[in-house]
Amino acid sequence: MKAININFLLVYEHLIIVLVATVIAVFVGVFLGVLAYWHKLASKVIIWVVDTVQIIPSLALLSILMIIFGLGNQTLIIGLGLYSLLPITRNTYTGILGIEPSIREASKGMGMTRLQQLLKVELPLAFPLIFSGIKVAVVTGLGIAVMGVLIGAGGLGYPIYRGIQTRNTALIMSGAIPVVLLALGFDYIMTKIESLIAKRRSP
Amino acid sequence: MRDLYEFVLNNRELIWRETINHMWLVGVSTTLGLIIALPLGILLSRKKSVAKYVLAIVGVIQTIPGLVLLGFAMLIFGVGTKPAMVVLTLYSILPTLQNTYTGIIQVDRGCVESAKGIGMSKIQILFKIEIPLALPSIAVGFRMSVIYIISWATLAGLIGAGGLGDLIWTGLATYENNYIIVGAVLAAVLAIVLGSVIEGIQGLLTPRGMKIGR
Repeated sequence: MKAININFLLVYEHLIIVLVATVIAVFVGVFLGVLAYWHKLASKVIIWVVDTVQIIPSLALLSILMIIFGLGNQTLIIGLGLYSLLPITRNTYTGILGIEPSIREASKGMGMTRLQQLLKVELPLAFPLIFSGIKVAVVTGLGIAVMGVLIGAGGLGYPIYRGIQTRNTALIMSGAIPVVLLALGFDYIMTKIESLIAKRRSP
Repeated sequence: MRDLYEFVLNNRELIWRETINHMWLVGVSTTLGLIIALPLGILLSRKKSVAKYVLAIVGVIQTIPGLVLLGFAMLIFGVGTKPAMVVLTLYSILPTLQNTYTGIIQVDRGCVESAKGIGMSKIQILFKIEIPLALPSIAVGFRMSVIYIISWATLAGLIGAGGLGDLIWTGLATYENNYIIVGAVLAAVLAIVLGSVIEGIQGLLTPRGMKIGR
């Protein structure tokens, strides 16, 4: 078996793509989650849409996005962002819904505006749940980003796909090992942070 | 648009064939996966010390991208429907297995105790108490399995398994957008329809007692 050479430039690119997509998804996802909380009708539609997007096979979604947005990293980022919406939006929504009514009443009683309530009370209290949504988004995103090679994006999908085409196990491994390690590493670290947040909250 | 319409009309036999192929791939592998996952999950719930390790391994396998697993299947078993079927079946075991295990573990101990108290045997407790109460959780896991496998089956076109993925791969390789659109839309529709059908069944499977008061 040939030596496995990991190309760290590709690892870096892979990571950046997933992180950019996640950051965008956090902003959009939290916004949609709040919107769902504010409007009952919107909540049904929003949750249904993000749920359905999640179900669409990744190859199907990415190849359709490619037709619309062309080849390249930006298309992969859009696709990953769409997949990341579900965990973030849903957790924002359920996180805010789960806040004790008395706390909400208290903030209203103090004369907070709706925006203040959201930014100073509701989002901070929902944060632990939102964070676990972000964790799910990052970990699954790292895996799906491999598909980016098919729509002309960079990252670790390239050595994997080349390896499959040329039947080169070492080349496949040089892409697969960092992907799995990244996913496991992020899962581990973010789970630790999750429990730290939970500990700080509960006296 | 007109172009797409003509494309569908001219290739309707191919499209139909690949849709059936796809459903066949998904149907066989998820059914086999369910048959394997159910007893395995029940066994694991009896041996919690082993379960910890098995579930940890299952978690690690799930982080491996589908493209990689299919690539290895091709290197080991060769090209065609069979290697794809093997990988899809193995993978479809995982979510169902996880949820069968947690479903049974989370059954209220009080229910099991009272079943014991009225003199049920272990087998009776399993079939009359634990499995019925775990069914909603198992159905959620099975739904995840089916949705994943529909997605993976499109990838399996890469190693010559046929199915709707074949259309997408052809389109990607030849820059024929019509192939991509037809393959992708049908795969998406299949996933959404099957997902909601299983969700419906899940509602029917939930024991009446578990719905009261919710």
